[in-house]
Amino acid sequence: MSASKNQQVREQMGSKYLIFLGCAIPYRVSSFEISSRKVLAKLGVELVEMPEFNCCGLPLDPVSHESMLILAARNLALAEQQGLNILTLCPGCAGTLKKVNQILKEDKTLKEQINSHLKEADLEFKGTIDTKHLLQLLTEDVGLEKIKASVTRPLTELKVAEHNGCHILRPKQYIGFDDPEDPQMLKALIEATGATCLDYIDETECCGAPSVGISDKVALQLARDKLNHIKMVDAQALITICPFCHIMYDTNELRIEKTFNEVYGIPILHYPQLLGLAMGMTPEELAFGELRVSAQKITEQFTQGANKP
Amino acid sequence: MAEAEIASESKGKEQPIKASEIDPKFKYELQKIHGSEKILKCFQCGTCTSDCPVARYSDSYRPRTLIHMAQLGLKDRVLNSDTLWLCAACFTCTDRCPQDVEVASVIRVFRNLATEKGCIPQVFKDQGQSLIETGYAYKIPELRIKKRESQGLPPLPKGNPDSVCKTLKGVKFFERIQKPAGERANGQ
Repeated sequence: MSASKNQQVREQMGSKYLIFLGCAIPYRVSSFEISSRKVLAKLGVELVEMPEFNCCGLPLDPVSHESMLILAARNLALAEQQGLNILTLCPGCAGTLKKVNQILKEDKTLKEQINSHLKEADLEFKGTIDTKHLLQLLTEDVGLEKIKASVTRPLTELKVAEHNGCHILRPKQYIGFDDPEDPQMLKALIEATGATCLDYIDETECCGAPSVGISDKVALQLARDKLNHIKMVDAQALITICPFCHIMYDTNELRIEKTFNEVYGIPILHYPQLLGLAMGMTPEELAFGELRVSAQKITEQFTQGANKP
Repeated sequence: MAEAEIASESKGKEQPIKASEIDPKFKYELQKIHGSEKILKCFQCGTCTSDCPVARYSDSYRPRTLIHMAQLGLKDRVLNSDTLWLCAACFTCTDRCPQDVEVASVIRVFRNLATEKGCIPQVFKDQGQSLIETGYAYKIPELRIKKRESQGLPPLPKGNPDSVCKTLKGVKFFERIQKPAGERANGQ
């Protein structure tokens, strides 16, 4: 492809993305999808549905690495046909698609090997598009200034904590757009809403979700540690950007409280829910009703006088 | 090999090592597999285990130990170990390893080799089965798909499991997830 054509393609891509939902979000975290779509529409990001996508491949990497590569490459090949970059809401999907894209672009032999499998379904990986996660898109493409300008109801009274999760940060070699030891992007995005983002112990630790189904004991302990650390700094909410981390904390908070005889009552919000509140949207519009841990305490202070749908 | 002998990694460790169970070529096999190429660079510093969130709460999962066992050629003990499946793939070990061993990828290679032998936890079989049937790792309930309209969401793009299966038929994926029950590694 010539340089000028490359430029043309890039301009076309602009702020238009193929949205890759992955499996967990349509399966059980629709509040993340609803709030993300609302917020992105307001910021002028156009989303195109990705046809016939499949699981990104990550959950099956432990079973067969080659299968994972094929599954990810199939998605990338489908997106290439559309001529659009991929946007994912799930960091696991983003990490996998980014990593496989990079590996196949660099390793010609492996690319040929994977393409021989894709050929069975009349597909070919070429390496012409990129993948971004919501967090990266908001920071790099939309930009903090534009986000700040979209805030009509600054959440200045609110003190929250962030949880990036693992796959948005690590492995650094393949992800690398934020510092895995001291991540700043989500913090900056939270502060753009006017809220204060508190520091706490072990911010970059795993939520435990991948161990559910193998050892619930380990998984719940890890989530409990996190909730304890957040409680220590009196955070009013925990802000996540991953469907699995959200399930781990929101769905399991009550179970953790019962198992370990603790009391938290900390609502877990998807970042776009927080941003949406600051943009003046109502909790109903942002699917707050789907949260297991009620966020009423914090929404009440920001929605008085707001238009009800 | 006897089931009881390998019932848990910790028990396995207590058993004296017999010369007959050592496979001196195992480490060289690993060097040729994508992900575990650098296993011989591990000098057992223990950074992976000390930074591992799972090791903090598991009595048995120790990435350093697994890598050491593999270097020593204890192939069956490594691949039959239940604890192999506890890794949360958080990649902390990979990022912090001073020797750039890519520890999480080595663990992934162990898991791939274990599934080849039929040791695979049920959760992965379920996800694989769902993938074959729907293209997704989970079976998304009809009710959820229908509810999208009332939630103001566009319809969920229809998967193409036939196309997905065509791409996977050359890699022994189906055999791995459809192995009959009865094998080990069903979690703790």
